[in-house]
Amino acid sequence: MAIWEKKYECCPREELEQLQLERLQSSLNRAYKNVSFYRKMFDRLTIVPEDISTQADFSKLPFTTKKDLHENYPYGLFAVPLREVVRIHTTTETSLTPTVVGFTRNDLHNWANLVARFLTASGITDDDVIQISCHYGLYTGAFGLHHGAERIGASVIPASSGNTEKQIRIMQDYRTTVIATTPSYALILAEQIERLGFDPKQLLLKKGILGGEIWSETTRQYIEERLFIEVFDNYGVSELMGPGIAGECEARCGMHIGEDHFLPEIIDPSTGTVLPQGATGELVLSTLTREAFPLIRYRTGDITRLEYAPCSCGRTTVRMQRIEGRTDDIIIIKGISVLPSAIEHTLADIEGCQPHYQIIVQRINNRDVLEVHVAVSEHIFFDEIKRQEFFRDKVRETLSRRLGLRVDVKLMEQKTLTEQVRSQGRVVDRRLL
Amino acid sequence: MLRLQNINTYYGDIHVLKNVSLHVAEGEIVALIGANGAGKTTILNTICGITPAASGSILYGGDDITQLPPDRIVHKGIAQVPEGRQIFPPLTVIDHLQLGAYIRYRTDGKDAIAQDIERMLILFPRLRERQHQYAGTLSGGEQQMLAIARALMSRPRVLLLDEPSMGLAPLVVQDIFTTIARLRDEQRTTVLLVEQNAKAALNCADRGYVVETGKIMLEGTAQELRENHEVQRAYLGRQKRPIWE
Repeated sequence: MAIWEKKYECCPREELEQLQLERLQSSLNRAYKNVSFYRKMFDRLTIVPEDISTQADFSKLPFTTKKDLHENYPYGLFAVPLREVVRIHTTTETSLTPTVVGFTRNDLHNWANLVARFLTASGITDDDVIQISCHYGLYTGAFGLHHGAERIGASVIPASSGNTEKQIRIMQDYRTTVIATTPSYALILAEQIERLGFDPKQLLLKKGILGGEIWSETTRQYIEERLFIEVFDNYGVSELMGPGIAGECEARCGMHIGEDHFLPEIIDPSTGTVLPQGATGELVLSTLTREAFPLIRYRTGDITRLEYAPCSCGRTTVRMQRIEGRTDDIIIIKGISVLPSAIEHTLADIEGCQPHYQIIVQRINNRDVLEVHVAVSEHIFFDEIKRQEFFRDKVRETLSRRLGLRVDVKLMEQKTLTEQVRSQGRVVDRRLL
Repeated sequence: MLRLQNINTYYGDIHVLKNVSLHVAEGEIVALIGANGAGKTTILNTICGITPAASGSILYGGDDITQLPPDRIVHKGIAQVPEGRQIFPPLTVIDHLQLGAYIRYRTDGKDAIAQDIERMLILFPRLRERQHQYAGTLSGGEQQMLAIARALMSRPRVLLLDEPSMGLAPLVVQDIFTTIARLRDEQRTTVLLVEQNAKAALNCADRGYVVETGKIMLEGTAQELRENHEVQRAYLGRQKRPIWE
């Protein structure tokens, strides 16, 4: 399959590392010169950027965290005057203050190229009609995909999000071949198509470019089987750029990171030490080419593993594995850490469950209670009470056993749960209230 | 092809190059741009061993040449065209070309060198017209052509060019850069170019680095550097407002 920027994507490791060293050093020099936050950081350590020669020197630098971004809201971390910024986005979080992210013209150019890389890697060409069903607005998702798709010359439909019936109609009438959205919206689309009694085989849809959420291989399969498409995963962090940081190739064995633009590290989230190659831990990224908004050792909070073995597609860039969870989403109940994704994986193994769920954590009589709302197929939901109870007990037992703590389960209809997740979020922790 | 990693160079106690890392791939024209005294020429001099690096490494096609003396580096295939041409006024054009092949007399013999002189006269027709003239009587542009031809006589794989446009009329500058691009296209010569005339350099180069007070501030394709506001403001004479307002 085609490769968008062979020169960088298939660059021999040695040359790539040279390029990373050069770009890292110049990024540090620029950050030191133009961003007072970073200048102070170096001054505190009584070093200057030119003291950083090796990976070991680099890993002595402190991390940039979400807290730092909040404290410098809105423009404190910009490395160029606003006059040079041609685009301003914010990050996708509902709580606290958002983070403002700026792009110069070169940043936008690189962004489009990085998205074009993973779109090309999944086999999308200028013959495709790509429907972008992500929210167009302050967030980075839709615009990144949009520019990348335009860069490769595909026909872009900026369908934005919502109004599922209209989306399906566009898909049908405009002969969409690629859908770019989040996994959860793809699920909603699949269900709506099913509900309308529409045959998805009549659509020209071939591929799905999904990302922006933590999801599982089972969800991928579920979507593929219902929409009859090939689904590709991609990874983005809106503080750093948005989609385009990493994406799957046709081999679908991990997402290739654009290593000429981002330097990845894996750390132990509790101690902050860099873990050896192949270990699972928190992903830390540094920008190498960003002009407007450089970040040094930014803690993404995403837990993954880096695979350096050569990929069958010919690309030499490192592959990050599917995100296993968030460092900040860990729910600690009675001293036990629970990853929402662990619950998702367990549910996926139980027959009759659909990959839709919501986690509610409450404190009742000073005891933490974990309740999982599970969507079930209609035939179970409308069945006799006895069978329903039997099924619920089965889910409860399996979950309790896997997680090592008592779990309450509530069965729900698909539609109700989707509404509930949309309004409250996937994980609801009521203990703080 | 040529790779510098964490190079530090001192003039006495003065720290001139601060952890400079850069690379030049085969068949590529790379420009170093920056203000006076930024350390551009020192980078070239450090590569050819005139001001050896105190630390760091210079790799050339896989060999470490950091500690080699200048003559060994020329033997390896790196030739420098020094700033201000540095030609010898009382010698003729042909003398200069023969001088350039100085390291090849014992190995290649006279015939090969005569052939190469002929090649240079084809490449630079103006030099053929002036071949028996004293170099001191040539115009600035012709002297620059001669300096480049002299360097090419050692059959280098990498050509280091220091300020080829210095003191030349704009039209002549254009001529020089066309020649450099031709060298890359026709002979796959790799060029590392130091230039204060950032506009001309970025129009001809594939990639570039911005050097500031001995440090690399920016790396990118020539196109990216031309688009960068900081470069436009500081080196391309556009956007004259102060950086922070």
